[in-house]
Amino acid sequence: MCAKQVKPAAKDVPTTGHVWDGIQEYDNPMPRWWLWVLYLTILWGVAYTIAYPAWPLISGHTQGLIGSDQRADVAAEIQRFDDANAGIKAKLVAADLAAIPTQDELKTFAVSAGASVFKNNCAQCHGAGAAGVQGKGYPNLLDNDWLWGGDMAAIHATVTHGIRNSADEDARYSQMPAFGVDGILEKPQIAEVVQFVRRISGQDFDAALAASGVTVFADNCASCHGEAGKGDRTQGAPDLTDAIWLYGGDVATLTETVSKARFGVMPAWGDKLSEDEIRAVAVYVHSLGGGE
Amino acid sequence: MWDYIKLIVLGISAVLAAIAANFAHDLAYMVNAWVVMLAAAAAFVWEIRHVGEPRLHPADEYMDGVVRAGVIATTFWGIVGFLVGVVIAFQLAFPALNLGNITDGVLNFGRLRPLHTSAVIFAFGGNALIMSAFYIVQRTCGTRLWGGNLAWFVFWGWQLMIVLAATSYVTGGTQGKEYAETVWYIDIVITVVWVAFLLVFIGTLWQRREPHIYVANWFLLSMIITVAMLHLVNNMAIPVSILSSQSVPVFSGVQDAMTQWWYGHNAVGFFLTAGFLGMMYYFVPKQVERPVYSYKLSIIHFWALIFLYIWAGPHHLHYTALPEWAGTLGMVFSIILWMPSWGGMINGLMTLSGAWDKLRTDPVVRMMVVSIGFYGMSTFEGPVMSIKAVNSLSHYTDWTIGHVHSGALGWNGMITFGALYFLTPRLWNRSGLYSLKLVSWHFWLATIGIVLYAASMWVSGIMEGLMWREVDANGFLVNAFSDTVAAKFPMYVVRGLGGGMFLLGALIMAYNLWMTVRGQEARAPQNANNLVPAE
Repeated sequence: MCAKQVKPAAKDVPTTGHVWDGIQEYDNPMPRWWLWVLYLTILWGVAYTIAYPAWPLISGHTQGLIGSDQRADVAAEIQRFDDANAGIKAKLVAADLAAIPTQDELKTFAVSAGASVFKNNCAQCHGAGAAGVQGKGYPNLLDNDWLWGGDMAAIHATVTHGIRNSADEDARYSQMPAFGVDGILEKPQIAEVVQFVRRISGQDFDAALAASGVTVFADNCASCHGEAGKGDRTQGAPDLTDAIWLYGGDVATLTETVSKARFGVMPAWGDKLSEDEIRAVAVYVHSLGGGE
Repeated sequence: MWDYIKLIVLGISAVLAAIAANFAHDLAYMVNAWVVMLAAAAAFVWEIRHVGEPRLHPADEYMDGVVRAGVIATTFWGIVGFLVGVVIAFQLAFPALNLGNITDGVLNFGRLRPLHTSAVIFAFGGNALIMSAFYIVQRTCGTRLWGGNLAWFVFWGWQLMIVLAATSYVTGGTQGKEYAETVWYIDIVITVVWVAFLLVFIGTLWQRREPHIYVANWFLLSMIITVAMLHLVNNMAIPVSILSSQSVPVFSGVQDAMTQWWYGHNAVGFFLTAGFLGMMYYFVPKQVERPVYSYKLSIIHFWALIFLYIWAGPHHLHYTALPEWAGTLGMVFSIILWMPSWGGMINGLMTLSGAWDKLRTDPVVRMMVVSIGFYGMSTFEGPVMSIKAVNSLSHYTDWTIGHVHSGALGWNGMITFGALYFLTPRLWNRSGLYSLKLVSWHFWLATIGIVLYAASMWVSGIMEGLMWREVDANGFLVNAFSDTVAAKFPMYVVRGLGGGMFLLGALIMAYNLWMTVRGQEARAPQNANNLVPAE
């Protein structure tokens, strides 16, 4: 295309007569298509600024003939979904908490709404797939191992008030003593109880140390974790006999846990999410596989 | 006399910098003060060893030493900038490369990212512009640079600014404004150097021996003036202390955002477009040895471009706190800008008419033509992305990153490589480049690298834009942000490979330029290059 247009021009067209360091300039006209597209975009621009809010005035701005208002458009779209969902949201809030997972209509809505709430608020710690972060203390929500309880009422309470936060008076609370740092146990005793925990969790262990760990465990740990180490949901004490670890079951991590204790915090969502959102996310988490 | 004034100023600067380092409120300030102290001390020692030496400034020769230094600096900072770019590209794909546990955050993506953008825009691009401006304005005005060693002050001041900026970013000093991260005292350094640059350029134009000013110089001058204005307005801030890198911006809220994107968009418009068009208007006709296609087109598209560009900034803030009317204006001006931008492409490409065979024989010409092609592509893509409906999908996604890089790698990078290949044999009086075959390798590596980069970012950007807005039948969002991050992984790897190819090409270029100078004998200086042509 270019070659056809230009070859004759290159012969006939004069230069402007200037020379800079050997550079000359042809006196070619502007390509006509270029000029017409430029005019067209200018015309379009004028028309567009007449149609839409565009020119600033002394106070305010031109509103545009079409009367576009982006903020109103967004508000209307949100309102449309809110209206469409208003009925079922009211039903969700009024329903008996424990019964929601058995009601198909409510459950379908709540799982879809709850997934959205989860992905925007909970995924940052628990992961987009709700599998938690192994070894970092963010619990996996897919398994059957619950720290504070896995039925609808327990999940609802945990989401609403959170865990060990200072913002909500009703937050779930418990504090494991830092047995090493606070001098409750000596280092050899910690080594013994660690081996005992490895024994009851079905891992390799040092038989001699674990045997002496029995008494250490009974005197110091059993009050919360139970005599058999099965944990206690009323105070969020983890079950030590399963293979599921919040921070890790190897000797080094267990020693650190016993010595320094752990203090996992979850925010209270009661003042950030509405009741229907909390219920929805509780149903969603309940539905992930471990719900009781 | 002048030597002693310089010695006193340098000595006092070194002592003051040492004191400032001692009382610094933060790490970035302290490190910067050390850099200033070392630079002033080194300059002091150099100066004291050269006191009283006669300086020869032959008035009948072009001042090319500073341009030679510019060629070296452009190549060096280009490779640094590309390397950091490749590193952060792979950091996004493999977050372990942030090395957070080892380096205490110094090499985090968040700190290396401004290092990359500043290195490629201001260190690589800035040196390319300064070097080209100094070379072009002398040749097309038929006169030596005005102001004697002021040109050297511009060169060394700019390098000092780059080192200050780089060391402050990794130690945590930033203003938090994109492409204007440099903290307040570095902004002052930039201002002083830039004004000196303006003086050298205007002074040289003033004493020109040609009756008319060549089009390349219009573009370069518009770049210098507009960047000065943008830099001053966007960096208005009050330091919290003379001993701290922190400052408080004068504007706040949406005014601050609008000022920032007025700056940000015109940094692209004037630094990376107008300035590089100035390079294009000189190096392309010189390399292909043909007249510029149309003088009329160059006038009209120049004035249209600089008039329109300055209004287009609000398209960076569609669907934000910025009022809708401002967004409309930004979008309309962006679309009208389409043809004025393409005027440069047409003039560049049509200059080749009658010499298309050079594409086969001269890989440097090929490089310049592909550069103009990428310029045309990204100046079409830009107006498209400024349309509100498109922007609602593309904004905040990797599409933007791909767009920027097809412009930066394709247009700015390739035209600069072309300029470096053009300048090196001429500045060092060599008969030609060491190897055209290596230029060809550079060309293909860079071109394929850019294509991989742009294509992967299109896919990644459009995909994540669609994933973000995906809602189910009840109006609830379907994807978590981390879902989109996970989905982008393959594209991130491809992007990193594309960037790696581009870097490899630049390394080949550096070797080629080195061998051009070191690997062959200098020839006798040629009149056209080293002496002002006879009037």
